Amino acid sequence: MKTRKIIFGSLLSLGLVLTLAGCGSQAKSSAGKTTKNSVALVTDGGGIDDKSFNQSAWEGLKAWGKENKFSKGVGGYDYAQSTSPSDFTPNINKLIKAKYKTVLGIGYQVQKNIADASKQYSDVNFVIVDSVIPNQKNVASVMFKAEQSSFLAGVAAAETTKTNKVGFIGGVKSDIVEGFQAGFTQGVKAVNKNISVDVKYAGSFSKADLGKSLADAMYSNQEDVIYQAAGGTGNGVFTSAKGLAKDGKKVWVIGVDRDQKADGKYNGGNVTLASAVKEVGIAVQDLSNKALKGNFPGGKTIEYDLKDKGVSLVNDNMSESAEKQVNAYKEKIINGDISVSAKAN
Amino acid sequence: MPNSSKLFKVLVPLTSVLAGLVVGAIVMAIFGYDPFLNYASLFTGALGDANAIGETLRELTPLILTALGFSIASTAGFFNIGGAGQALMGWMASVSFALNFSSLPHWLLLLGSIMAGALAGGIWAGIAGVLKAYLGTSEVITTIMLNYIALYLSSFLVKNFLAQDQSDFSKTIPEGARLRTPFLEHLTQNSTFNYGIIISLIMVIVVYFLIQRTKVGYEYRAVGLNDKAANYAGMNVKKVIISAMVVSGALAGLGGAVEGLGNYENIYVMTSLPDIGFNGMAVSLLASGNPIGIIFSGLLFSILKIGGLSISVVSTTPPEIVDIVIATIIFFVGINYVIKIGLEKLSKKKGEG
Repeated sequence: MKTRKIIFGSLLSLGLVLTLAGCGSQAKSSAGKTTKNSVALVTDGGGIDDKSFNQSAWEGLKAWGKENKFSKGVGGYDYAQSTSPSDFTPNINKLIKAKYKTVLGIGYQVQKNIADASKQYSDVNFVIVDSVIPNQKNVASVMFKAEQSSFLAGVAAAETTKTNKVGFIGGVKSDIVEGFQAGFTQGVKAVNKNISVDVKYAGSFSKADLGKSLADAMYSNQEDVIYQAAGGTGNGVFTSAKGLAKDGKKVWVIGVDRDQKADGKYNGGNVTLASAVKEVGIAVQDLSNKALKGNFPGGKTIEYDLKDKGVSLVNDNMSESAEKQVNAYKEKIINGDISVSAKAN
Repeated sequence: MPNSSKLFKVLVPLTSVLAGLVVGAIVMAIFGYDPFLNYASLFTGALGDANAIGETLRELTPLILTALGFSIASTAGFFNIGGAGQALMGWMASVSFALNFSSLPHWLLLLGSIMAGALAGGIWAGIAGVLKAYLGTSEVITTIMLNYIALYLSSFLVKNFLAQDQSDFSKTIPEGARLRTPFLEHLTQNSTFNYGIIISLIMVIVVYFLIQRTKVGYEYRAVGLNDKAANYAGMNVKKVIISAMVVSGALAGLGGAVEGLGNYENIYVMTSLPDIGFNGMAVSLLASGNPIGIIFSGLLFSILKIGGLSISVVSTTPPEIVDIVIATIIFFVGINYVIKIGLEKLSKKKGEG
């Protein structure tokens, strides 16, 4: 008897939950209306608050929404966060089912999933950032010439170092990050061949502790400027530099992807020398607008470089002479006097 | 209450899930999000149409295999934390096999790729097994360390041998090695559902019989309960340790193979270990190692995971809140012991009153 009562209670409450759930789903379907163009992005491993790539993309999409008076959510703009790569395809499918007209994949990891979906849904526009999907009419590929901004970061480092030793800390050793490394090394060597560049990879974009210990080792080896292209791992580089700067040591970090001046701030100064910015946000905003106006560049690869300000080196705390040198090299790259290779040797 | 013990077995997990849902609803309400709309999106997102069901079952496929792997090892008394690394090695081997022997006939290629995955996972776990059997090294430490070696080794191999020029991923596997078919894609509206589920379900039956009905399974259980007694009873404990670890790793390797051949269809430079390893541990623990139970706890995990993705797409609830809610539900299922005691007390009181 007693167990029967418990079962009855459980079933009753289960039924209640399901009934209420049913009501909720009806409310939803009336709210979902389609507009001319709605845009959503799928993040790679990192979240939209990764202080880097995904955040920049999301900020661009938010700016687009504001510009065109769309609101966040179905019919406007939104993001789908992926906690692991197996979420990419379900996320893309869910966004398409929610009638988003343009779907952006942020990061090379999402490439195959976007490529597959673009074949299955020919009436949806797709964008892939940091990778190329060739010959697909509804996909626009976005690439950044980050080796150019990294070259300028190398110039800035070479003009700033007192010890003639600088360091590079990368996240995962991938082609994209190796482009950063290659550009940086070329920039340093262009200023002074005798400056040594110490290259280390953390093997992860999310290990701040590892970033800190790599940076600690580099700084204690008298390398006084570190360029980090390591996403969340790079936060540890800032922690290390700020700790040493507080003790009176003169050390610098060059930030990546976004202007990282705020990350270098400590009580009494700032360790961010400059930031090699990659305007993912501008690209996102630009392509969303093109899709809205009906001239989506499907099938094309769009390259952003120093010339069109898709990549740049933001001056955070550079000396006047260093800045002058950086600008001089910038002109040379834009003119084509210097061509920067994306290949690390 | 001997006659109601079976009922309790069903009632306890059911109540746990319900309690989790209720607490999750309270969390959402506190932060100002509509729990009813969100639960509706969760369930329709996981089971609402053919595509959703396809994705949920695809999510379930590797989880069953890694969970079975973990439960085999724990039957023999080990804590195999290396599921993620073993799965990755299996993934690596199956995709490499598929790419290198693409001229083989369809069935041979598919079978070979799957076997390669199981073999690689088995060897990887076998290393920890041999170390444990002959040197008494803690398998917890060796499997954790082997995870890292697997992660970076796979990155190295992909980068240097499999990746095409200027990219971080291998070619897509040939048609013959795919576990996805146009028929299934059509059936499930372009989901990633694949025939891997058949492998998983077969393995559930195989593992069930292996543990419950065979001499090998008996030895695993004996060593798991007391290895000294097993030794005294004349069992070759060293052999049992190694074989249990190899079988455990082979299952995890199969999990990686179905990910590689069914879901991703390639391998890429990974930024972290595949999460099927750790999620498989949780699935196995929730089911207390029971192979049949693993299907259900794996299904719960998959529904929450795939359905959870829909919540933020449909509403403005941030994915972090969704993660909290899902963790809450799993937490309540995890502490089902507390719920069991609670239910027992409740029924006693009612009986007295």
